Amino acid sequence: MDLLSNLALGFSVAGSLTNMGFCLIGVMLGTLIGVLPGIGATATIAMLLPITFQLEPVSSLIMLAGIYYGAQYGGSTTAILINMPGESSSAVTAIDGYQMARKGKAGTALAVAALGSFFAGTVSTFLVALFAPPLTAVALKFGAAEYFSLMVLGLVMSVALAHGSVIKALAMVILGLLLGIVGTDIYTGVPRFTMGITQYADGLNFVAVAIGVFGIAEILRNLEDEHEREVMTKKVTNLLPTRAEFRQMVGPVLRGTGIGSVLGILPGGGAILASFASYTMEKKLSKTPEEFGRGALAGVAGPESANNAGAQTSFIPLLTLGIPANPVMALMIGAMIIQGIVPGPSVVTDQPALFWGIVASMWIGNLMLVVLNLPLIGLWVKLLTVPYYILFPIIMAMSSIGVYSVNSNAFDLYAVAFFGLLGYAMVKLRFEPAPLLLGFVLGPLLEENLRRAMILSRGDPTTFVTRPISAGLLVVSVAVLVLVFLPQIRKRREEVFTESDA
Amino acid sequence: MATKPKDDTDMVAGLALMAVAAFFGWQTAGLEIGTSLRMGPGYFPMVLSGLLFLLGLFVFAKSFGRDGEPTTPLAWRGMIFIISAPVFFGLTVRGLGFVPALFVTTLIASQASAKMRPHYALILAVTVTILSTLIFSYGLGLPFRRFGPWFPL
Repeated sequence: MDLLSNLALGFSVAGSLTNMGFCLIGVMLGTLIGVLPGIGATATIAMLLPITFQLEPVSSLIMLAGIYYGAQYGGSTTAILINMPGESSSAVTAIDGYQMARKGKAGTALAVAALGSFFAGTVSTFLVALFAPPLTAVALKFGAAEYFSLMVLGLVMSVALAHGSVIKALAMVILGLLLGIVGTDIYTGVPRFTMGITQYADGLNFVAVAIGVFGIAEILRNLEDEHEREVMTKKVTNLLPTRAEFRQMVGPVLRGTGIGSVLGILPGGGAILASFASYTMEKKLSKTPEEFGRGALAGVAGPESANNAGAQTSFIPLLTLGIPANPVMALMIGAMIIQGIVPGPSVVTDQPALFWGIVASMWIGNLMLVVLNLPLIGLWVKLLTVPYYILFPIIMAMSSIGVYSVNSNAFDLYAVAFFGLLGYAMVKLRFEPAPLLLGFVLGPLLEENLRRAMILSRGDPTTFVTRPISAGLLVVSVAVLVLVFLPQIRKRREEVFTESDA
Repeated sequence: MATKPKDDTDMVAGLALMAVAAFFGWQTAGLEIGTSLRMGPGYFPMVLSGLLFLLGLFVFAKSFGRDGEPTTPLAWRGMIFIISAPVFFGLTVRGLGFVPALFVTTLIASQASAKMRPHYALILAVTVTILSTLIFSYGLGLPFRRFGPWFPL
């Protein structure tokens, strides 16, 4: 069995004392961040990225991955206890989780979320192990045209999954692409959009952009109105669900895992969509839909499993194609490149220990989360009482150190300030930051592959539709765009109709 | 009182997009565009700037004829202090050195909240500076000068 020997290799790597240690640090940091509202996983990973440069590649990626799924996990604790999602993907959990907490069943809600997440994590880790290698075989056949089309699909998906206006999300993708171009043109060596500042000749620092657009913008938004957070439950008791509750959660957890695994693979931020999709599905399937919104167990179990499954399977496009499915994965790519690893299909064949080590560490990390976090819930509850005005100066200090330590370039810090303002302006004008960041990461790759594909086809643009894989990817992209616009068209038409009636 | 409804947020958003697109388009002007076969450095950015402008126009046009959502006040105090914190760190980390630069940076950032009391800010800045120096400089061995040439020692 290939899979078994590969998994054995993975566990021998991930099971080493050092890597277990970094995995533990990762999940603990992640949970901590996830619990605290106002600091997202993206901003945290961006801040902590520089710290991991000193580590071995495997250890650093294991730790970063740990932060990511730890944050997903911690986010649900906050959602349940104070009705405020620590992470955007746990927004749905807040609906019924908080109601359960109000009924004095906070412990049950937390346990259900934890167990559901663990089950989903186990299944989806296995799926990553199962599907990533065959996918890399496909990916090895990819040429410039296919890569271009795949990235177009990724960007379109990020638009489709963004909240609010589709047009504005599209505009953010394009702005991101333009910002990604800043720097020296690889073919001709001409500086572009650098405003004559030589420090930006290598392009804008990704960490600086991410911290500015996500971290600083978030802090500023929180500073708009500073209100005290109210912790619902000071003491959490009765952690273990009863036998009946166990039976209730089996179905939602299974379905949530399924939905989450599938949606997580999609580029563009599947984990958030997964939790919403699961919630809607459970509500439709439920015999007692009126319970949803009033503390339904299924409303916690399903979405929590879904978002955790999605978080794991979003590693598949990263590890096989080198294409990020969401901003966090974009940061992981940044981390890999800095460690000297070229993300893409060759990782599985050239660095099996790295690949399988990361996969195995996901399962170990999930186990750690369940074992450690249920007993530690009391500690997280205490953390929630730390006022925000203590937190954000610490965040600012850490961000400054983090950004500066990447290249020791003071201009990166000015970029943080600039992108912080840009990010805040985006919040005010209701633009979504995620498509911008994906565009920023994919910009240079997209342009390079476009230009290469055009040279290979001798200037014939039909190359994108005559190559079957590329054509297929473009068809899906167009279909997604059409689908996204359809309901809007319908709604507009309805508005027009009502107006003409009146 | 406005007679016709319009979504102010989207109107500003559309104008902003068009302005940004115009800026990038203007910057592209100096770059060689090339042909589809041999794209010059200006080709891709030019196409993107054009698209961005069109999208901006669309957002702007759509903002008329419907009401916007209410807007929230700007966090002026937050903006002033939060934005200046990393800039200060960037300006002084070489000259003053890591320890004093970080201390002042944290102090500046802490002023962003009206709720922060001065003595708390001081305690916080001292704690953050000591812990960060221990973790980043001694623990991780990041190559920072702890005290720079400007520091009178």
